Amino acid sequence: MAVIPVERKPLTLAERTYIPQIVGGLRTTLKHLFRKPLTLEYPEQRPALPVGYRGVPTLVKDPNGREKCVSCQLCEFVCPPKAIRITPGEIPEESTNAHVEKAPQAFDIDMLRCIYCGLCQEVCPEEAIWLQNQFSMSGYTREEMVNNKAKLYELGGTLPDAHFKWDKKKAAEEHGNAH
Amino acid sequence: MFDFYFDLPHWIRMALQGLAVMLVMFPIAAACSMAERKIAAWIQDRPGPNRTLAPILAWVPGIGFLQRLGIFQLAADGGKFAFKEDAIPGHVNKFYFVAAPIIAMIPALTTVVAVPFGAYIDSAGKLVPIVLANVDLGILVVFAVSSLGVYAVILAGWASNSKFPFLGGIRASAQLISYELSMTLSVLPVFLWTNGPLAGEPAGFTGSLNLARVVEFQSQAGFWGGAWFIFLMPLSAFIFLVALFAETNRQPFDTVESEADLVNSFGSEYGAFKWSLFYVAEYAHMLIGSAIFMILFFGGWNPLPWYTLSDLAHHLNFAHLPLVMGVVGIGIFIGKVLAMIFFFMWVRWTLPRFRYDQVMAIGWKKLLPLAIANLVAYTIGIALLYR
Repeated sequence: MAVIPVERKPLTLAERTYIPQIVGGLRTTLKHLFRKPLTLEYPEQRPALPVGYRGVPTLVKDPNGREKCVSCQLCEFVCPPKAIRITPGEIPEESTNAHVEKAPQAFDIDMLRCIYCGLCQEVCPEEAIWLQNQFSMSGYTREEMVNNKAKLYELGGTLPDAHFKWDKKKAAEEHGNAH
Repeated sequence: MFDFYFDLPHWIRMALQGLAVMLVMFPIAAACSMAERKIAAWIQDRPGPNRTLAPILAWVPGIGFLQRLGIFQLAADGGKFAFKEDAIPGHVNKFYFVAAPIIAMIPALTTVVAVPFGAYIDSAGKLVPIVLANVDLGILVVFAVSSLGVYAVILAGWASNSKFPFLGGIRASAQLISYELSMTLSVLPVFLWTNGPLAGEPAGFTGSLNLARVVEFQSQAGFWGGAWFIFLMPLSAFIFLVALFAETNRQPFDTVESEADLVNSFGSEYGAFKWSLFYVAEYAHMLIGSAIFMILFFGGWNPLPWYTLSDLAHHLNFAHLPLVMGVVGIGIFIGKVLAMIFFFMWVRWTLPRFRYDQVMAIGWKKLLPLAIANLVAYTIGIALLYR
């Protein structure tokens, strides 16, 4: 490695008095004094979140109002901090969604454990769990910080569905060509 | 109109005047702490404290503006300091520990007696300065009393009985004493000038260190008479300003507080109301220091150089109303002082702190020789003018 000696120039008299530097600094700070604040006043003003933001994991319904989760428990298994706990359940015969295999009886995500890694969203074969834009969670007790199924659907809402895979499956079955 | 007031016994009048000055000065000193936070915020592109609002005042229209300015934050801070538990650590010397903040306040508020802050024209057509004690000692009173403030710092540092406060106390006292020399030397040319060639007839003339007289000197007719001393003695003003920053422990001479290396120094062991007393004392020192600077170099209550308060009064036709003229003069003066306080804060949020050895080097090796050279030069110059 080449060593390049750099000549250090001695300070001029003006520089040694430090006064031009002070004046320059004062000019800079004065400019900032009249500038609009760069900060957001948080609860009222929210930051613009980028597409694909990983906020609080939520469960979503399809546009027909069917809960998309089929409690396959892949997210529970893949979750690195073991924040997700699913109790699988059957769908009653008389339900319009009886053709769907299963549905979660209980679905808890412990937000004190969740690390917002998004693996659950990535692994979900049903596109039922999504990390959405909600980013601030607070509570007074540990219990409050566990999102149950009702809370997860409330946070998640409905997302558009490109496939309606279970409806297609049902229609195929009715035509006698189940795959 | 005000005869009843002048019929009161002298001591009651003095007490009332003193009280009035306190009632103006104490809130300004307190409000400076909020101004400091707001200016810090604005310089750092933040809005600063803007949320606090007493719920019972929320209905008042337009109160949001005051809320955004953080006026109520000031009240909330004050309330917090007043009602917080005032803990005294077990290892301190209790008497001196409690005495130190009080001793800090006394000189800070006492110096105001010799500072004139306005003037009016009396029925005899003579310009009378408004001042609590119009003594000939003037600047000497201010320097003598304000330098007693160093005792508070030493006492607080020593009585706290722990190492950082002690180191801070020693630093502070050394710094205050060092810069006092340059400060005093830098104002001497001003008083040589006011007692010198232009001071009128040498016969029957008595010398005076009175501050009001310095302002009168800057309100004379003519080019040289009306010039503020900042134009006549810029170097003196500069030395005084630098020494003033050091004396009031402001950035960049903030080695006294230096929270990074001394944990708030002599204030470390203090909390609640006692701590806030130190800060009100610091701001009071700044106010008085700025007032002195404005009187000595920026023409006191005169609105513009070569345009005096009397000119303004005659132009706007209120010279015959002493009350109006007094209030206008005081208003102009307080405005100037607040502008100076703003400058203090502006500098604070611009410059980093000097290292302690740099502070000492600047004080003794640069500023003091400069002040002496300045004094010698002006002495010779004034002597030549006098001949």
